[in-house]
Amino acid sequence: MRRVAGTNGRRGGRTNGRGRHHLDPQRRAEARPTGLRAHPVLSGVLIGVLCLALGVALVTQVRRTRAGDTLAEQRPQDLVVLLDGLQQREAALRKEIADSEETLSRLRATGDRAAAAREEAQRRAAALGVLSGTVPAAGPGVRIGLTDPAGKISPEVLLDALQELRAAGAEAVQVGEVRVGVDSAFTGAAGDVRLDGVQLRAPYSVLAIGDPPTLAAALNIPGGVVDTVERSGGKVEVRQADRVEITALRPVRTHKYARPTG
Amino acid sequence: MRTPLLGPVIGLLALVVGVGLGLWLDPTVPPWVQPYLPIAVVAALDAVFGGVHAMLDGRFDAKVFVVSFVSNVLVAALIVLLGDALGVGAQLSTAVVVVLGIRIFSNAAAIRRHLFKA
Repeated sequence: MRRVAGTNGRRGGRTNGRGRHHLDPQRRAEARPTGLRAHPVLSGVLIGVLCLALGVALVTQVRRTRAGDTLAEQRPQDLVVLLDGLQQREAALRKEIADSEETLSRLRATGDRAAAAREEAQRRAAALGVLSGTVPAAGPGVRIGLTDPAGKISPEVLLDALQELRAAGAEAVQVGEVRVGVDSAFTGAAGDVRLDGVQLRAPYSVLAIGDPPTLAAALNIPGGVVDTVERSGGKVEVRQADRVEITALRPVRTHKYARPTG
Repeated sequence: MRTPLLGPVIGLLALVVGVGLGLWLDPTVPPWVQPYLPIAVVAALDAVFGGVHAMLDGRFDAKVFVVSFVSNVLVAALIVLLGDALGVGAQLSTAVVVVLGIRIFSNAAAIRRHLFKA
């Protein structure tokens, strides 16, 4: 128990060492017949086993400490500090999650709005395309055929016909091979009618998309287009159809001066 | 000196083998040993340093070493047990580690003086 009870420091070793050195052989001599001192093999085995166990325990403890599996032995104060830190970190992370989710929903909403706006713009572009004649159109309407054997149908008659169709709600009109647009004009003279500079030949064919009965009725009113053409010796044939296809297109106009405002 | 040297050499060899064995086997510590293991290791290290010191002094005694080793470990474990029972386990463990650390230091100093004469 000597080494347990007190260290043999340098001074102790110097001053008492001599006495001990004297003492030890004596004691050893006295104790030789019994105990561990009599069995070097047994003592060696014991020392070996103890040191082996120490080595294993040392390595195991070091490994355990490094693995961080020491929470169970920590003091309550340390654990409280640890817990506090973890809670703060959790709160920070939760806040981050909330922020991220908010950002996500905001971006989603923005995306939805952008998609809706795009859809609306496309719808509007299609409507305007039909109106300005830059896209083909199809739908219920009328096919009109005007014969002019006498060559007496003037541009005014065709303009009348167009006005009547428009007044009756025609959404797209094609005369001959020319799509009628907002700036279309009939020119020329009877027998040599031009629409936007393109000569039309009798019999004139007019395609209009709209409500078929309304369009047909508009042309048939007394003193209207049908009467006028018949007085000129021609004939008007109006056929209502469930599907009229207008395929002639007008070139897209680029505006030189006008700019949209607001 | 032949016989006194045998024990320490065996001890050091066994220590090295034990370290290797621990690295190789990677044993798991049973839960009831876990609180005592660190203190026990430090206590055993104290005994080993004392033994080396004694060996260099030429007064290594196998019996003293074995008894001091075992009693060191047992006393350390007992102190931890008692401290935990009294509610001062952490403080008592610290005290044990401090005392054992001082002893290891002084033993190491003695060993150093023996080896380097300084």
